Amino acid sequence: MSQDFVRRLPDSGFVFQRAAGIGDKIHVDFILLLLLASISAYGLLVLYSAVYPDQSAVMSQLAKIGVATFVMLVVAQIPPVFFLRFAPWLYVIGVTLLIAVYFIGDEVNGSKRWLRIPGVIGFQPSEVMKLVLPMILAWYFHDRHLPPKKRHVFWAVVIILLPAALIVRQPDLGTALIICASGLLLLLLAGISWRFVFGTLGVGVLSAPAIWFLLQDYQQRRILTFLNPERDPLGDGWNIIQSKTAIGSGGLSGKGLFQGTQSHLDFLPESQTDFIIAVLAEELGFFGVVVLLIMYILLVGRGTIMAIQAQDTFGRLLAGTITFTFFVYVFVNIGMVSGVLPVVGVPLPLVSSGGTSILTLFAGFGILMSIHTHRRIML
Amino acid sequence: MPEALSLKDYSGESRIFFERAAISFAFFVILTLLLVARLFYLQIIQHDVYATLSDKNRISVEAVPPVRGLIYDRNGELIADNIPSLNLTITIELVDDLDETLAKIDDLIGVSEDEIAAFHRRLKRQHRPYEPTPVLFKLSAEEHARIAVNEYSIPGVQVAAKLVRHYPKGALMAHAVGSVRRINEADARRLDSVAYSGTDHIGKIGVERYYENLLLGKVGYQRVESNARGVVMQEIDSLDPVPGKNLKLHVDSSLQAAASAALGNRRGTIVAIEPASGGILALVSKPSYDPNLFVTGIDHATYAELRDSADVPLFNRAVQGQYEPGSTIKPFLGLVGLVTGIVNADHQITDPGWYQLPNEERLYRDWNWHASGLGGHGEVNLDKAIYRSCNVYFYDLAVKMGIDRIHDHLTLFGFGKNTALDLPEARSGLLPSAQWKRESRGLPWYPGDTVNIGIGQGDMLVTPLQLVTAVSLLANRGKWRAPRMLMEGDVVINSRSNMKDIDLVPDFVWKVIISAMEKVVHRGNQGFGENGTAWAYIGQDIPYRMAGKSGTAQVVGIRQGEEYDEEELTERQRKHAWFVAFAPIEDPQIALAVLIENGGGGSAMAAPVARQVIDHYLNGLQTNQVSQR
Repeated sequence: MSQDFVRRLPDSGFVFQRAAGIGDKIHVDFILLLLLASISAYGLLVLYSAVYPDQSAVMSQLAKIGVATFVMLVVAQIPPVFFLRFAPWLYVIGVTLLIAVYFIGDEVNGSKRWLRIPGVIGFQPSEVMKLVLPMILAWYFHDRHLPPKKRHVFWAVVIILLPAALIVRQPDLGTALIICASGLLLLLLAGISWRFVFGTLGVGVLSAPAIWFLLQDYQQRRILTFLNPERDPLGDGWNIIQSKTAIGSGGLSGKGLFQGTQSHLDFLPESQTDFIIAVLAEELGFFGVVVLLIMYILLVGRGTIMAIQAQDTFGRLLAGTITFTFFVYVFVNIGMVSGVLPVVGVPLPLVSSGGTSILTLFAGFGILMSIHTHRRIML
Repeated sequence: MPEALSLKDYSGESRIFFERAAISFAFFVILTLLLVARLFYLQIIQHDVYATLSDKNRISVEAVPPVRGLIYDRNGELIADNIPSLNLTITIELVDDLDETLAKIDDLIGVSEDEIAAFHRRLKRQHRPYEPTPVLFKLSAEEHARIAVNEYSIPGVQVAAKLVRHYPKGALMAHAVGSVRRINEADARRLDSVAYSGTDHIGKIGVERYYENLLLGKVGYQRVESNARGVVMQEIDSLDPVPGKNLKLHVDSSLQAAASAALGNRRGTIVAIEPASGGILALVSKPSYDPNLFVTGIDHATYAELRDSADVPLFNRAVQGQYEPGSTIKPFLGLVGLVTGIVNADHQITDPGWYQLPNEERLYRDWNWHASGLGGHGEVNLDKAIYRSCNVYFYDLAVKMGIDRIHDHLTLFGFGKNTALDLPEARSGLLPSAQWKRESRGLPWYPGDTVNIGIGQGDMLVTPLQLVTAVSLLANRGKWRAPRMLMEGDVVINSRSNMKDIDLVPDFVWKVIISAMEKVVHRGNQGFGENGTAWAYIGQDIPYRMAGKSGTAQVVGIRQGEEYDEEELTERQRKHAWFVAFAPIEDPQIALAVLIENGGGGSAMAAPVARQVIDHYLNGLQTNQVSQR
């Protein structure tokens, strides 16, 4: 029915059409796969250097990428309509898990983020929420008039803030901000007015002094340190000073793989996780980082094209949000390591070692492939 | 339900989506370019800054302090050594709670408040990260063991051995060699921080101070790459330190010990010189102190006791003490009298026991003056005036010469000047002149002042070192040898002396003076009032020929018409006893000055001490000669 409707529309140029290929049959997007593989391989090389001569971290990362790729390919086989149908349930489950974390979560370093079923599995419900939130919002808007009406936007904001508030309570400000950002990106793609977008940002900036007092001690310190790392060069400022030193001393072409003194002599903290870009910048220099940035922007570009080519509102919004959120990770991580953003614990996607984030990322790209390859036949 | 009826505008939606996606993507590209710009700024524009920071992070230069030069005496005996000392240090970067750590150390081996305060001061000085800061020095083996077994519970605390100065002879050599002290904040500001990096001590007194540059040596370094926890990963390059020069002094430890023993517990000083070289054979000042106390820091109570003692043990009487020369000045005045032709050797006066200036009532008494009028030396020539130490002869001579002539000639013997080559604490004494009195006191020179100078009293002051140097010049018959500690060898003294030999004095003048001094010691069995002043005390059994002169220096003034009555004076008001001598007369090997504070008469008290010291030295020489044959 609807296909007929679309076909008969006089001006249907914005519904992108393309020929189905082998990729569609096995539900894999080769361009996306190639970019993911390239970035992961590049990341593994940097990780290999960062932890050299110890190779256990590299092996474990390789294994995680393998598992995550498998998960991605499995997710890609699931038709998007499944996500559409189950989105409300997934959201309810996700919020329930977040509440469960609040009561029975494992406390690590003063924050409760993990749920563990002893001896079986442990995971962070907030990671699940990173995928579920775009899904539920896309579900909410998929049969509504776009651009959305104000009251729909209101309910969307409620849907965003409920899990975000629970995550802030853990406390995990970084993830909560990422979740809010992905919600805002979805609203943007849904056609919400620019006034609302900039208005929200403006309110955020204006309410900064009020938010200041709600922040935890360590969060306040991070912001003070961001503004002036020399405030406490051996304490809070250490990380950022050392990461800038690592990046700057790399120069145009770097000190060479395994030759980074900042990382190998342990001046650079978190060199295999959040600050791994500094290792890359130190050892392979400006060129090395630009190569990575080019691959990232190509990946985001491919994701954007896939979102634009999606055939319905749900697919478009979900694919676009997953892609754009990925970019937010990249930007926030490199921004914080190079000293243009405050330090928030955001890993560099596909390169930083460890965490459940690899699984979430690849599952996200699996959804992207699913949307792209489960096409209805165009006449 | 209007919405249910309204159709979704798929085309419009996808157009909006396309626009939004495209704008967002473009915005992301701009953000990425911003990151590229940021990286360009850090990696290209600021590259040099961060490359330097990165090198500073990993490369540290560790100073390798040189070993301080050793000091030997003339016989090769070690008098300043370096020994390992176990020091307890704290690496502040490895300590979580400093107060707790210090409390634990206190529990284990005890730390005083003073030591903690000193540690905090040291901590404030600049140091590189992970450089240990000393807390305690000279740990005993037991203390070391207690720390060692508890090391796991006090991270950052370490016991390490470091070479420190040690004076094996302790108090015996303290005033002769001087000592090193810990470098304090004032020193640190003054010193070349590179030359002294890694070095904790500096020569503060005596030879240790004067030859600091030679003894210190040249600092070496080791450039190492270390990681963020200060662990050294590899050496980049290094330069070995050059050890300080070893010094050999003229001092004879055995003679020093003999001199110290001869003085016993009395306050006083003995300086002995080898006339031929000017080399100082012994330099004793008593009481003394143990210089080892100062090397690693002395506690307040002990220091206060030394500093505040009425006996001033830290004061080097031999070179810093300025005393009236008393009658020891007489041979020099006699010599000047002969040289200037004011008197000749046969010139006689009659000494009634007192002297009076023309038109003045005041009586200047001889030492054997008696209120009864029975005192005095009778007929006195220069010879007798010296061996009997007649005051009246020299009152008369001094007045005839006049102060300016006295001043100009005594200058040639080094009086009123600091002629010591390498004794940094040496003082110049005071050789008064009319000009000096006008300038310093605004008063004219009175003839009465000159009378007092005749017997070495009044304003004139000498240090024992100055006096023995002048005696050594007599022994050398005019050949000037500036007093020195260092025996020339690898190291040559930078001589700043502008003193000249006294070579225009006819031979017979030396003979008259030296012969009179010989009689001070050797003229005996001549009846009352005719023997040398020291004969009874030291001259009766002496196996070699010695020239000497006694002296007494007044501590309190005696009023006109009063007798000096030792019984009535407190111990500290008594006269200082002097004796100067050299021997053997024809081939002088040793010249010396002995001063015993508040000792009383020079001949009775100081002369026997001088004899003991000279005996010891000449015996030693003889034994050496015998053994060499």
